[in-house]
Amino acid sequence: MANIVFESVQRVFRQGGNDFVALKDIDLEVQDREFVAIVGPSGCGKTTCMRMAAGLEHPTGGHVKVDGIEVTRPGPDRAVVFQAFALFPWKTVWDNIEFGLLSLGVESGERRRRIEHYIGLMGLKGYEQAYPHQLSGGMQQRVAIARAYVLDPKVLLMDEPFGALDAQTRVVMQEELVRLARQNPRTVLFITHAVEEAVYLADRIVVMSRRPGTIREIIDVKSVRGAEHWDALPRIEDVMDLPSFVHLRTHVWKLLRDQQGGDVH
Amino acid sequence: MLEPKLDARSFWTLTVAGAVALFGVWSLAALSGITSRTFLPAPWDVLARFAQLTVEPFVGHVLHEHLLSSLQRFGFGFVLAVIVGIPLGLLMAWFGWVDRLVSPLFETVRFIAPIAWVPFAALWFGTGIGGPVLIIFMGAFPPVLINTYRGAKNVDRKYIEAAQMLGAGSIRAMTQVLLPAAVPSIVAGLRISAGLGWQSLVGAELIVASSGVGYLMVKGQAAISTATVMSGMIAIGVIGFLIDVALRRVQLVIEARRGV
Repeated sequence: MANIVFESVQRVFRQGGNDFVALKDIDLEVQDREFVAIVGPSGCGKTTCMRMAAGLEHPTGGHVKVDGIEVTRPGPDRAVVFQAFALFPWKTVWDNIEFGLLSLGVESGERRRRIEHYIGLMGLKGYEQAYPHQLSGGMQQRVAIARAYVLDPKVLLMDEPFGALDAQTRVVMQEELVRLARQNPRTVLFITHAVEEAVYLADRIVVMSRRPGTIREIIDVKSVRGAEHWDALPRIEDVMDLPSFVHLRTHVWKLLRDQQGGDVH
Repeated sequence: MLEPKLDARSFWTLTVAGAVALFGVWSLAALSGITSRTFLPAPWDVLARFAQLTVEPFVGHVLHEHLLSSLQRFGFGFVLAVIVGIPLGLLMAWFGWVDRLVSPLFETVRFIAPIAWVPFAALWFGTGIGGPVLIIFMGAFPPVLINTYRGAKNVDRKYIEAAQMLGAGSIRAMTQVLLPAAVPSIVAGLRISAGLGWQSLVGAELIVASSGVGYLMVKGQAAISTATVMSGMIAIGVIGFLIDVALRRVQLVIEARRGV
């Protein structure tokens, strides 16, 4: 287990001779086993933050560190769940989940045990030999989540993982992720533009503004969730009815609405 | 062909009509006596000659022995093109420096038509197997390389990022991501490649072989036997068609498995 640290991170793109500042003065620590959601309007650079932690992009200033080590390239210690699933279409569910374990050199008995564990946990039993195109979007994203968790990574990075799912599937997946996250606490950086999702899932919410992308406010959800016993309620709609939930949601909404053209859900 | 699809009946009627028209005109021309039957044999003359070639050796072998030796050369050249072309295409797609190293040379050499390698092949290999194999290779290699390279280059970025995030090194990225992603493009390339290889074969055998369909045709020409030459042409056409049908089957099976 480990933390993710952003230290005065800046990201500048050069476009047609002009510098375009995508991210500025990002200082953030996602603590060990903490679930942090970043919300913000499109183009605020939230996905870029996640991609820098993954090593898929690099800051032009400052540092991004995971477990105290500067991130230079992608690796299985920082598992990513992509919005577009990015499952290998030519591999079965089982082989997709196994792919990263083979890179890590996990021996075959242990591989089998871990894959079976997550196949059970994500409700994929009976679909081991199916190909991704034979599964619904929700099932595909379960495979992608299993593929990330099975690596037992230091940190999990999720880039709008439910963004491509329909509303009903999305709710089910959010409930399952909460269940998984509470049973199996990990350091998670979760990117979304859906406010309710962030309030429901996260321990802390980072609200970003755009042009340039900066952190506007960091909101503590965990203390409210604990005090108001959200986790005692199994269903997302029951939690969403609680005044404490509504209050936080409205607060985040206002922060986003205050920015011009905040296109959020 | 954007008009509605033909129903099965008109499909086959038209297929037969085309053949009947061709053979009809040909038969009439042969029978009219405009030119001697030696130069323009009738379809049934060619058919008779074809049948005769399958039982009676011509320049040392019967027709299917000639075909077999042609197919063998084709097999060598084609397999060599695949063995070299696919890995090289993947390496070029993955490593920029390999691309830089190979591309300029390849882009120049591929404009030398397979038939233009004949004099060179004759000098180097005489009438041995090396000559025809080289020429077939030169025909079959470019489409394999180009399609592997393009297929691998066009891989959706997300699969490469997923592989990297899952800790795959270069070899696994190439064999388990680039290669399977490029398979549809590669198979399409193999079809073009087999066609060009098979076409180059005859060019090769016209000059640098002592057996094979091309050789049979050259000797038929020397013997002023148009029917022999045309029998060779028919054999080439039919075999080429069968090779393409076989590869198209492979292509369909692969696409079906992918859910395309």
